[in-house]
Amino acid sequence: MTFLRRHGWIGGLLALLGLLLVATRLIQPNFGASGLESLGRSALPFALATAAQAVVVIAGGVDLSIASMMAVASVTAAVMMAAGVDTALVVPAVLCLGLVMGAINGALIVLTRVPDIVVTLAMLFVWEGVALLILNAPGGRADPALRSLIIGGVTLPGLPEAWTIWFPKGVVVLALVIAVIWVPLRRSKLGLSIYAVGSDPLAAFRSGVAIGPTRVAAYALAGLFAAIGGLALTMSTGIGEPIPGPYLLASVAAVVLGGVVLGGGRGGLLGPIIAVFILRLVRLDLTLLAVDPNVTTIIEGTIMVVVVMMGGLLAAKGRR
Amino acid sequence: MSDTGNPNVSDRISLIVRDYPILPLVILLFMLIAALEVMRPGIVNERWMANTIKFAIPLAMLAACQTLTMLTGGIDLSAGVAATVTAFVMATQVSILGTPGAILIALVPAILIGLVNGFGIGICRVHPLIMTLGTGLIATGCLQVYQRFVIATGSSVPDILSWLGTGLTGGVPNALLLFLPFAALLIWGQRRTGFGRLLYAMGDNERAARLAGVRGWQVYLALYALSGLVAGVTGLLYVGLIKAPSLSLVAPLMLPSVAAAVIGGTSIFGGRGGYAGTVLGALILTVLGTMLTLLQMPEGARRILFGAIILAVTAIYLRLTRDS
Repeated sequence: MTFLRRHGWIGGLLALLGLLLVATRLIQPNFGASGLESLGRSALPFALATAAQAVVVIAGGVDLSIASMMAVASVTAAVMMAAGVDTALVVPAVLCLGLVMGAINGALIVLTRVPDIVVTLAMLFVWEGVALLILNAPGGRADPALRSLIIGGVTLPGLPEAWTIWFPKGVVVLALVIAVIWVPLRRSKLGLSIYAVGSDPLAAFRSGVAIGPTRVAAYALAGLFAAIGGLALTMSTGIGEPIPGPYLLASVAAVVLGGVVLGGGRGGLLGPIIAVFILRLVRLDLTLLAVDPNVTTIIEGTIMVVVVMMGGLLAAKGRR
Repeated sequence: MSDTGNPNVSDRISLIVRDYPILPLVILLFMLIAALEVMRPGIVNERWMANTIKFAIPLAMLAACQTLTMLTGGIDLSAGVAATVTAFVMATQVSILGTPGAILIALVPAILIGLVNGFGIGICRVHPLIMTLGTGLIATGCLQVYQRFVIATGSSVPDILSWLGTGLTGGVPNALLLFLPFAALLIWGQRRTGFGRLLYAMGDNERAARLAGVRGWQVYLALYALSGLVAGVTGLLYVGLIKAPSLSLVAPLMLPSVAAAVIGGTSIFGGRGGYAGTVLGALILTVLGTMLTLLQMPEGARRILFGAIILAVTAIYLRLTRDS
């Protein structure tokens, strides 16, 4: 019972995801490996942007500059690969760049003591400008070997292809990224500090958590996820795109749907990422039903607003 | 405050700034104008001033939505969309309903957006950032669907609005006719009316305000409806200035409007600031925009400078006015 209560939100999200997958299959009977593949690939940048936003929100902040940082990472990767730099060098370089960008955001917030919304709003312009300076118009190229990492389905040696091909590589990459970066971190002292700072900075401070460095670390981590998201963007489109995509709104929506409380201290990365897939599936289903894409925007917005309003009412009831 | 004979200069400055928080902003504005004159001698003339004021007014009005909501610790990210909706609906309905009817009908969706915001924030206790992002998203979708239905009617901007938006009378922008009473009302209202003081009270300490008998949800409902209305009027004025209604008309003003309120010294956590600073913030941002255009730098470098300056000004201003 406690398991259900603790993981009720994620359970509900998973059930919803399952229902939506079944609905998709009903709407489009030949929805299969290729449909899942394109879903996984298109959701990857959204999922990574959401992971980035979730880390910051858990630490009690919000980052409006994530989409711009993704653009910087995307153009850097595309320009480096177009210049013929070895891919084995490009990837770590872009990841470091993400860490540095995020750390700059965090350091500015801690040092200037300006509210994080304002700092990241200003940095949104700055990173957008950096991306435009690196690449003025969409261009560059992506290494085909790198692209093949997220295109297509999984093939495992020894197993018949038909068994594994339906599992999209994009999802595997996402799971690997989360497993390598977030899972060990959450168990570590730093992860605990991030939750503590988000939950109650004063209590965290009095328990000996270094608040400033923890927040910088949280933003740096968000920068890292954003950089991987930008890399994924370049990998799936094959070019670098200096104009930031619609990832800010989408990431905040998915974070809230995923059960991370704005204000910090609660939630994880799993819920928001499931929420990303739910939102993408809703969009896909509506497209398959030949609904006007603009109506799709309305429905998405309404889902988001209604869910957060219900959540708010429930929380208010619980407090009373 | 006893004068000890050897007063610390920085203490003195911070005291003066705390008593007159507008002062540094005025100084910054004049410094920027002086720098502009040095960069391109002769540019600061009557025509330039009229032009700057013309473009600063819509920004300052949209920033009024941010200032009012920030006083209670909120933010209104749907203001840009509400303004665009009003402008677009008005422009497409003019040929059917006539100018007054079109203006009235166009303000309805803006107020509706505000009421939904107020309902979500005041009654369902949703974070204002999320609520207004969501309603902005929904309104954008509705606007796109609406565009489908009116694609045949075409759009036009009534003469009265373009007169108000772009016209000059004796070198003075006509938009001031709308803006001066508006700004005066807000600056008077924020300190001298019950509603204005309620905003400060809610932003300073919501629980205390509630315990003192304030019905929070009524304040939020009225506040966000007012914010929607102001955004709608801004849209009408802005479409008179730009004269080309589109689905992303006011979007470029959205983030600068937040920046104008923040530079003007309104705390994003509520309870501090006021509209006078916001007006100066909007002027500063507009002059800054001209300056960055004059520098003939690549677009990217201009955005970097814009962001860096917003951050620097806010950080310095916060340091100067922080009580400690």
